Amino acid sequence: MSDNKPPETLENLDTRLHQAREKSRAGKTPGSSPGKEEMSGYSMAIRIGTEMVAALIVGVGIGYFLDYWLDTGPWFLVVFFFLGSGAGILNVYRAANGLGMAVGYKEPSGGVSEHLSRDDTSDGVNGNNSKSGGE
Amino acid sequence: MANPLEQFQIKTLVPIQLGEVDASLTNAGLFMVITVTVISLFLTLGMRQKSLIPGRWQSMAELSYEFIAGMIRDNVGSEGRKYFPFVFSLFMFILFANLIGLIPYAFTFTSHIAVTFTMAMVVFLGVTVIAIVRHKLHFFSLFLPSGVPMVMAPVLIPIEVLSYLSRPISLSIRLFANMMAGHTMMKVFAGFIVPLGIIGGWAPLSVDVALTAFEFLVAFLQAYVFTVLTCLYLNDAIHLH
Repeated sequence: MSDNKPPETLENLDTRLHQAREKSRAGKTPGSSPGKEEMSGYSMAIRIGTEMVAALIVGVGIGYFLDYWLDTGPWFLVVFFFLGSGAGILNVYRAANGLGMAVGYKEPSGGVSEHLSRDDTSDGVNGNNSKSGGE
Repeated sequence: MANPLEQFQIKTLVPIQLGEVDASLTNAGLFMVITVTVISLFLTLGMRQKSLIPGRWQSMAELSYEFIAGMIRDNVGSEGRKYFPFVFSLFMFILFANLIGLIPYAFTFTSHIAVTFTMAMVVFLGVTVIAIVRHKLHFFSLFLPSGVPMVMAPVLIPIEVLSYLSRPISLSIRLFANMMAGHTMMKVFAGFIVPLGIIGGWAPLSVDVALTAFEFLVAFLQAYVFTVLTCLYLNDAIHLH
């Protein structure tokens, strides 16, 4: 870059600006890299902490509300406390791994959605309930 | 010693009663009005000249525009451009609220969970509505990661739903806790300066000076984190992984 060149005309600059703008719009693949590196350690620590606590608050809150509403002793609170802890750990894992805040992260390769043939859903629900409700 | 939490008290300035609703202008409301006014002045007066080679003020206004535009381009992609006005307003509002709150005797309304939770809820509901409108029922596939055996589904789906629901909470708590902790800490140290006198008072004073600089960093960083997470949520909603 030397300053000896004659100054460009504005039209010239305009076309170059347009080209650059188009390139920058097209070039980015969305969601490829959330700006992770710019975060300092302090903010990362705060973020991980709140991530854990928030999921617990939601879990315990829902459990407490359901118990209050349906008058079902401590059982929903107990179940949702553990679900909330699980969600909190999941959040922390995701935040720390830099998978974004994605719920339902999928492998980029795709084609794995055909696992829905087995119907074991009722089995797991019953197992869960009998454990908490059986005393 | 002055109460370090006194600064967070909401005081009614102009009592207004609309039927059953107490719509009084409080110090929080006043500072929201001030924040919006300052942002409007900063941007409109900054861009008044519209010169090709920006001056200092104009380049600050342009820089904030470019910063958010780049953030949306990097995190959401070109489809996110139509949400620029919302994300930009959000960022400027939080940033200026945090910075104006650092002025002595000013009120920091971002240190109130009611304010931050409302903003987070707007983001959360908006993003969810966008996702449902764009993907219809396919949106709910978000809650079952692909390749998971169905035995795990009854445990995993509630966990994923809870994880999704915890987004607005963590978003609001992060901003509110940062602002509140910083301001309380500053007041606590400031409360030691005069009682320790001319000999010992220098230690808390120097801590406070360092904290002030740190608070400027936090003010910017928290506005940045709030907006970047909004962008990531938008990206999830638009592209659904």
